[in-house]
Amino acid sequence: MTKDNCKKLVIDIISDIAPDEDLSAIKPEIRLRDQLQLDSMDFLDIVMELRKRHGIEVPEADYGQLASLESCADYLTPKFAAKA
Amino acid sequence: MKDSHYDVAIIGAGMSGLAAGIRLAHFGRKVCIFERHNAPGGLNGFYSIAGRKYDVGLHALTNYVAPGVKGTPLGKLLRQLRIEREEFALRPQKQSRIAFPDCSLKFTNDFSVLEAEVMANFPRQADGWRALVQAVRTFDDVSLEAKPLSAREVVAQHLSDPLLIDMIFCPLMYYGSAQERDMEFGQFVIMFKALFLEGFARPLDGVRVIIRVLLEKFRAAGGERRMKCGVAKIIEEQGRVAHLILENGEEITVGQVISSIGFAETMQLCGPTQQVAAERNTGTLSYAETISVYNREPATWGWGDDTIIFFNDSDRFDYSQARAQVDLRSGVICLPNNFEYGAEHLPEGIFRVTALANYQLWAHVPEATYQADKQRWYGEIIRSARRFLPAVDDAVLADAQLATDMFTPRTIRKFTGHLNGAIYGAPHKIRNGRTHLENLYLCGTDQGFLGIIGAMLSGISMANYHVLQGNAARS
Repeated sequence: MTKDNCKKLVIDIISDIAPDEDLSAIKPEIRLRDQLQLDSMDFLDIVMELRKRHGIEVPEADYGQLASLESCADYLTPKFAAKA
Repeated sequence: MKDSHYDVAIIGAGMSGLAAGIRLAHFGRKVCIFERHNAPGGLNGFYSIAGRKYDVGLHALTNYVAPGVKGTPLGKLLRQLRIEREEFALRPQKQSRIAFPDCSLKFTNDFSVLEAEVMANFPRQADGWRALVQAVRTFDDVSLEAKPLSAREVVAQHLSDPLLIDMIFCPLMYYGSAQERDMEFGQFVIMFKALFLEGFARPLDGVRVIIRVLLEKFRAAGGERRMKCGVAKIIEEQGRVAHLILENGEEITVGQVISSIGFAETMQLCGPTQQVAAERNTGTLSYAETISVYNREPATWGWGDDTIIFFNDSDRFDYSQARAQVDLRSGVICLPNNFEYGAEHLPEGIFRVTALANYQLWAHVPEATYQADKQRWYGEIIRSARRFLPAVDDAVLADAQLATDMFTPRTIRKFTGHLNGAIYGAPHKIRNGRTHLENLYLCGTDQGFLGIIGAMLSGISMANYHVLQGNAARS
């Protein structure tokens, strides 16, 4: 799993949670919250979809790691690798 | 052989129970909804008589915002339930009106219309009005642990004209207050946003469109549903629900239970120890509603502009338990034909009127008297409402009439199970959904998010807060 693949999986999840958001021009290093209208309910859904679809657990203390697409990739890629 | 254990059991297949069920099934919980009736929808169901389909509760869906408006309850609920906006096929209202003696305020799905009406009719209240709107916009209405405040007291800090105060309270109370004469300020804010800052809409085919979408999502997510299968008893062991006994005698073990049937109604299932708690928080406000079906659109008679009219004929608007079987001083008119359906239209004209009614005075009359009372009040309610519409000859209306129906507090009691036929349930809402049992939670009417959209959000919030988030935190 490359970081780019990981970003794609996160974008897939966001597009299902928030189909009304335009995800075509997301800047990876900028906080998702600053470019998309995502609230805490939506972030909780990202965490739960990661568990449901990929068996990846994100403990509450680590929610901050999901702030931007880049930080998601940094944090999640090793978790995906550990599962493979 | 049916299963006898569920991670979560949901009591009641109304809007909130279905929404909670969708969330839980989507995230892999083994969940079953137990519904006493054979039709889903609860207070917002539908029924058929002589081939005609009628909505039970739905005048209009509140909280409507145009496509592209984000961050409001409608958008949140569509995201949470993974529903595409088009699936609800919502059509916005034309305009609505608050009609009092000598004063009328028009409002639409564009808030500036109401603001302009308030400024024009109550110029001296302008600053107070702006301050009130600001207070509403900034209030944290989704907080689950907020302290209750009197809406009358908060509004009185901003507005001084009793007519304007009553005119603002009238629609908000009729569309969601379980409390007489006052509302909790959080409830006021939810309703103010739902009706005025957001707005009204309806699917052309009514509430069944929404129910169908919810049922399909629930089924597709793997949820189970048992209809004509009410819960008879909640059995407690050491402060937790241990199991449920169904009306058919079957026993079900559960991890958690979410009940949408009301606070007092749920407490009654817990047995005599909770009887006092139940009695202390049972609602008293009930409604009667007439439905008239015509062979032409109401627009024929000049009734084509208004979608909903909230009316009152008295010096002060008195939202309290009716002293007679029906209180004719105020009410709500709904003309479902008057939404923006574009090229489509309803096949027949529909005219609905809602008024406050007294459960005790309807509940105990013998059947023959009941039928006669219904017939008499049907005429009285229609006459009362027609005072607020352009005049039409009685004979013209009678000629056009195809069918009528009417429901009373007794009907509400029978089909929703709400004690006292209390349309909006208990006067004191339990915002965090907690009960005396650790794994029993409330959602829906008595949790206190109001309207159809509010009911669904209530189910979602309680499922997230008590089941999904609770587990996320532990893992």
